[in-house]
Amino acid sequence: MAEFLSLKDAVTKYLKSGDTAAFEGFTHLIPHAAAHEVIRQGIDELTVIRMTPDLIYDQLIGMGLVRKLIFSYAGNPGVGLLRRVRDSIENGWPRSIEIEEHSHAALANAYEAGAAGLPCAVFRGYMGTELQRVNPNIKKINCPFTGEELAAVPSIRPDVAFIHALKADRKGNVLIEGIVGVQKEAVLAATHSIVTVEEVVDELDTHINACILPHWTVSAICEVRGGAHPSYAQGYYGRDNKTYIDWDPIAADRERFQAWMEEHVLKQGPEVFADRIKGLEVTP
Amino acid sequence: MTAQDFTPDEMMAIAASRALSNTDVCFVGIGPPSAACNIARLTHAPDITLIYESGTIGTAPDVLPLSIGDGELCDTALTTVSVTEMFRYWLQGGKITVGFLGAAQIDRFANINTTVVGDYDNPKVRLPGGGGAPEISSSSQETYITMKQSKRGFVEKLDFYTSFGHGEGGDHRTRMGITTKGPTLLITDLAIWKPDPVTKELTVVSLHPGTTKERVQQTVSWAVRFSDDLQETPAPTEEELSVLRALKARTAAAHAGNRVETA
Repeated sequence: MAEFLSLKDAVTKYLKSGDTAAFEGFTHLIPHAAAHEVIRQGIDELTVIRMTPDLIYDQLIGMGLVRKLIFSYAGNPGVGLLRRVRDSIENGWPRSIEIEEHSHAALANAYEAGAAGLPCAVFRGYMGTELQRVNPNIKKINCPFTGEELAAVPSIRPDVAFIHALKADRKGNVLIEGIVGVQKEAVLAATHSIVTVEEVVDELDTHINACILPHWTVSAICEVRGGAHPSYAQGYYGRDNKTYIDWDPIAADRERFQAWMEEHVLKQGPEVFADRIKGLEVTP
Repeated sequence: MTAQDFTPDEMMAIAASRALSNTDVCFVGIGPPSAACNIARLTHAPDITLIYESGTIGTAPDVLPLSIGDGELCDTALTTVSVTEMFRYWLQGGKITVGFLGAAQIDRFANINTTVVGDYDNPKVRLPGGGGAPEISSSSQETYITMKQSKRGFVEKLDFYTSFGHGEGGDHRTRMGITTKGPTLLITDLAIWKPDPVTKELTVVSLHPGTTKERVQQTVSWAVRFSDDLQETPAPTEEELSVLRALKARTAAAHAGNRVETA
């Protein structure tokens, strides 16, 4: 049952050291504010899952909070590589992390299997790739009817899923529109879910097949205007591409990264995100 | 009319765009493939269906997306589905005629590495990883690849096999149980390559204007095979070049910053 909480209280209540957490968002609606709250609270030894780890995973890993990363594409799309993720994998700074690497198809299927309450996902994939040599969680299975060899991976069942959505009504029903990614699957697969939203409204005012998470599927709702920045929220504000481009030199240098995190994350609160989207708003 | 002055990168994007047809349903990789696909849409293939893995089907962006899931793709799409549905129904379901990929490393049988340079457990460079490519390579009816030539990129042996092309050549794909054609075309900044019908080794079939066999060989780590019927790629037309340059200019302006400064 959705409970309206401050982001700080929601993170404190649901995420524990050592948990498995998914912060999902496929370019769109990436839960930046939630990840920054986790960083401020210093919740560590996390196993983090994401199809497309980008800046927030660079930040969580660079701050030493991650024990294991499960992923399928770790990059700053259109810009380059993730410098903090690389430094951890290549040099063990600030600590070494374990990685479990998949393809997008595998993780998309694994989220769906998690939402469907299945122990594993079965799909046609990983044919001829070397990923199964380095990832013991990629197995082969034969179709019991045709004998076709298929791939199998464990389903994803996070302790906590974090997503950012457009709006919630006062009961806590949540609307996601635009590029919806795997957020619905991530929430339904997780034990607990924390959803930040742009705004809380009286009526969702949407169409009948809209992507809605009913209030009883969500643990906590936190109103954080701009909470996806520098990612975007369809109909609210555009993607701040410049910030993604500017991240690269910041993340490339350990001291510059730490100073940036101190100034822009550790000393701030979720309320700063509303300022960060000024000038990026979409005019209806 | 043929343009006189163009760069190798422009020739690459335009040659790649020509490979696509109006009836293609194309799964678009970010970067050079995205440029090529949108030039095709803006020139000879206005009805091409472009699909990005973020779930956008039939998209027609005015500027090239920086990321695979920019809002521009969703705003201009016929419909947007979940990423789960995209990979299950549309890609795995066999609806994609062409998967268009880029790569960090490629070998002579068009296998691709986008995972690591060096050893997997102790990498020299940790690259982003496969993303959608492993299954785009096996589930699309065929794949095209576009990338710039360099000795670092065109290697004798891949450091990691992220996406299967023609394996060790010949009928290796079929022996792996893969029923799709795999890589049928490679477009670079210097040439157009196709796999040999029998051995599946990539063979240069066309040199871009001003390029020599020697120049191609200098940027490839294996001994390059050239077709007996080697062609010259037609130079970009004025229209192709002006469409490409306008697209790049709009894209650069959009990515420099979309923030409106308020007092």
